[in-house]
Amino acid sequence: MSKEREVIHSRIWEEIAEPDNPFAAATCYCSGYDVYGDLLGKVSWIEYLYLLLKQERPAPGKAKLLEGLAVAVANPGPREHSVRAAMCAGVGGSTSASSLMAALAVGAGQLNGAHEVVVAMTYWQDCGKNLMAWQKRLKHPLQEERADIWLPLEHPPGFDPHGASCATPVRQTLALLAKYHSEGVLTWLQQHRLELEAVANCPLAMSGVAAAAMIDLDFSVQQGEMLYLLLRLPGAAAHALEQQEYGWRRYPFFAHGLKLSTEPQL
Amino acid sequence: MQGPKYLFENEDHWVTNIGAWFPGERVIFRGKDLFHELKDLPWMGLLLYGITGKIPSDKQLRLFEGIWTLCTSYPDPRLWNNRVAALAGTVRSTAALAIGAANAVSEASIYGRRPDIRAIDFLLRTKCQLDKGADIEELVSKELKKYKFIPGYGRPITRKDERIEPLMALAGELGFNQGPHLKLAFAIEEILLKGRWRLYMNIAAVTAALAADQGLSRHEYYHYAVLSFSAGMFPCYLDALKKPEGAFFPLRCDRIKYEGKPRCAW
Repeated sequence: MSKEREVIHSRIWEEIAEPDNPFAAATCYCSGYDVYGDLLGKVSWIEYLYLLLKQERPAPGKAKLLEGLAVAVANPGPREHSVRAAMCAGVGGSTSASSLMAALAVGAGQLNGAHEVVVAMTYWQDCGKNLMAWQKRLKHPLQEERADIWLPLEHPPGFDPHGASCATPVRQTLALLAKYHSEGVLTWLQQHRLELEAVANCPLAMSGVAAAAMIDLDFSVQQGEMLYLLLRLPGAAAHALEQQEYGWRRYPFFAHGLKLSTEPQL
Repeated sequence: MQGPKYLFENEDHWVTNIGAWFPGERVIFRGKDLFHELKDLPWMGLLLYGITGKIPSDKQLRLFEGIWTLCTSYPDPRLWNNRVAALAGTVRSTAALAIGAANAVSEASIYGRRPDIRAIDFLLRTKCQLDKGADIEELVSKELKKYKFIPGYGRPITRKDERIEPLMALAGELGFNQGPHLKLAFAIEEILLKGRWRLYMNIAAVTAALAADQGLSRHEYYHYAVLSFSAGMFPCYLDALKKPEGAFFPLRCDRIKYEGKPRCAW
């Protein structure tokens, strides 16, 4: 008695099997395009990334915007928390996968992390290009009544709570990306950055630029979160490999940095 | 703007009462000497002490161990988190990567950590309101209206949760079956079984209630639960390792049911 086999449903991917093996694909189609027979050699990595997420070919402006964002966030540098997490794996000789898993776990967070991008994107969805709405939201952020695995955000999403002024790379990235979509929220953000920073009481951060770029790319909040996680991995990988070479003896341990207190702490 | 005030303050300076390693000498674990003061504590006790800062009683240890043993670790490789461990096994990835990823996956919305924290949160919130004189039926109805479901009630696939009976037997044996949150959990079930809801309680409500009765906060309970599925993951990983590589539920090419755009050229 044969039962109908369960299937994976997909709008993204289709495969035609090799004649001699139903488990091996001879042809793979991504949103209708023959990946190895047509796309390979023609399509850029960024265009393919966009196609995978959106199931459509990006307009030239969109591809440029995504490419600019990808370069801007690819390496936050070895001082950044998610990269430091990857380097902790690297210096100890842990697996490469654990380096990236560490970078993802820390980079998923709410201080310059992917979940901060999620919240910032919901702000854009709710407030759009309305300064009054932004001022209201920044002054009175939404409060979730129920407890969650994510803790309440401790600073305005997309802004740097420890910043003294908007960092040069953030301004440079915003200026470049805004060029690709003159009607988009990035351009509006550039025009109103100072007013928003005044209300937020802290400067715009790269996560805020990334969130606006995701909105201009018409990505959903979930797509934006995934992309932010993904696009920041190259720097984590490079620095983990570098520190693996240097070894743990040359990596900070904060030898004299820990002060053990007997005081109760909150 | 506060600027980098906290960054200056904490540069090479981390004051903590959580613990420290004195190389070659001793370890301080939340203010206690690990090798002398905590040496007889079972691992579950150390875990709970690390999370709550309180040494659990013997009966509490048996309860929290018992919850893990009876309710958390089903070695069924079809379950989403266990499947990650089995997939890691079938491709011969490492055990730590398998278990690390599977535990991260356990922080799910439809099972695992999110329903856990939401269940204890609902019980604590409801108990607090009831103590102020609110009506239980109104609270339940309001919650359902607002959030569409109540974590800990209703279960896909089957109505009966097979874990409740053995866990309640343990709770009875330990004298923990009359706590206010546990009584509340059953009272909520009674309300939800009436009328059109017909929602039976599942184990998430019982374990959350037992934890709340022992004084665990929302996040203490969530942290206690983070590793709880682990014991079911190892057998799934090991089972896949014993079989030929790649043999875990292989999928033919035609098991992808394509529902996307028609074929086209780039």
